Amino acid sequence: MKPVPIRVVLPAHLRTLSGAGMEITVPVAGPVTQRSILDALERQYPMLQGTLRDHVTQRRRPFVRFFACEEDYSHESPDTPLPEAVASGAEPFLIVGAIAGGSGLVERP
Amino acid sequence: MSKIRLLVGTKKGAFVLTSDGKRERWEVSGPHFAGWEIYHLKGSPVDPNRIYASQTSGWFGQKIQRSDDGGKTWEPVGDKFIYDGVPGTHKWYDGTQHPWEFKRVWHLEPSLTERDTVYAGAEDAALFRTVDGGQNWEELPGLRSAKGHLWQPGAGGMCLHTILQDPSNPGRMFVAISAAGTFRTDDAGKTWKPVNRGLKSQFELPDPDAEVGHCVHCIALHPSRPGTLFMQKHWDVMRSDDGGEAWHEVSGNLPTDFGFPIAVHAHEPETIYVVPIKSDSEHFPLDGKLGVYRSRTGGNEWEALTKGLPQKDCYVNVLRDAMAVDSLEPCGIYFGTTGGQVYGSSNAGDDWKAIVRDLPAVLSVEVQSLGGNGNA
Repeated sequence: MKPVPIRVVLPAHLRTLSGAGMEITVPVAGPVTQRSILDALERQYPMLQGTLRDHVTQRRRPFVRFFACEEDYSHESPDTPLPEAVASGAEPFLIVGAIAGGSGLVERP
Repeated sequence: MSKIRLLVGTKKGAFVLTSDGKRERWEVSGPHFAGWEIYHLKGSPVDPNRIYASQTSGWFGQKIQRSDDGGKTWEPVGDKFIYDGVPGTHKWYDGTQHPWEFKRVWHLEPSLTERDTVYAGAEDAALFRTVDGGQNWEELPGLRSAKGHLWQPGAGGMCLHTILQDPSNPGRMFVAISAAGTFRTDDAGKTWKPVNRGLKSQFELPDPDAEVGHCVHCIALHPSRPGTLFMQKHWDVMRSDDGGEAWHEVSGNLPTDFGFPIAVHAHEPETIYVVPIKSDSEHFPLDGKLGVYRSRTGGNEWEALTKGLPQKDCYVNVLRDAMAVDSLEPCGIYFGTTGGQVYGSSNAGDDWKAIVRDLPAVLSVEVQSLGGNGNA
């Protein structure tokens, strides 16, 4: 299947890390899902490996959220197909740092 | 012409401060990795232009960055810190057992002799090593065999925060862990033993003979006398003259012996520095007066060094990795605060000046003394 360009919006920290702009496109072949988008994203920007999914378990990091078409897909299966609007490029796949979280929860003595 | 380079890790990025050997005027570059917590940066003694940085985020995890041009440009290297085998469990705050989970790298210690070898101290406490410049990391699992199931996190997490290499003995290394204690290897990291005899933590650790469980905040040694170790414990400043086999207290006349960093003068192995902090519940200087304390006798007799430091309304903290000495003559000493100041003294602590005042909270300070061509 011919890859299609999927729009992805990165949070600020990952823009700093990757040197990418706020919105990028990544080529995805086959069903457009969280997993296929993240796989394509990490192929294009290897430094993002481990920042969204745990290196070993490949589970979403606890304070990372995925949104599309104003819906929270964070708790969906990574293989759940995303809306057609994302697959067609009409809407971006949003990667967001949760408002909660961060290491500020623990003061470093 | 000599040159000084300070590597400053903060809550919101890294900064590189440079000066000539006079240490009067400083140039500031940064923030590098803006917005990320930079727990620690350190240069290789073999190639000072090679610098490693621990870049971390509670949201996006751990990255390791490497520079080969003295901190001007950086590239991410490997960041897979995976515990060896089945990670097992350690003691949790409530006394139950809790699985080992990697959280971040607190400290990076480049090898004294190999450009591509670096040690990394992690939370949850473990020691990792790379021999390929940071691309791949492997745990030295023997450390966690030293009663790791009894280690318990302190208030700031169960972190391996200090790594000391013995320059006279390539097989010997010391690490310190909060709140487990100090450990030593004599076979280049294969096996380790706790070296905490003499540490007393009456309230936190009622068993006076406990081999592990001590809240060691920082340890230091002078390269010419690596058998002598100095320690800032949670409370108490301690000293060992036999490679950690036995410790005795040298807090002496300090106004409070709680604190985080400890450092040794570059040219005087019996001159040591601490920053007394009021208490474990009030992490700021006594009476709002910031002071470094110096002992020229290896402990017990301390003098306050306050000239140029704020002597009223100062309520910052100085964290364990945030003090360092250069190797110029006279010895320079530097420290950073949680208020974002970096102070420097070019005369062994007699006089101080703020190099910068308004950085994000400072997590770590390292210094490189460079020759004219960038070499140490």
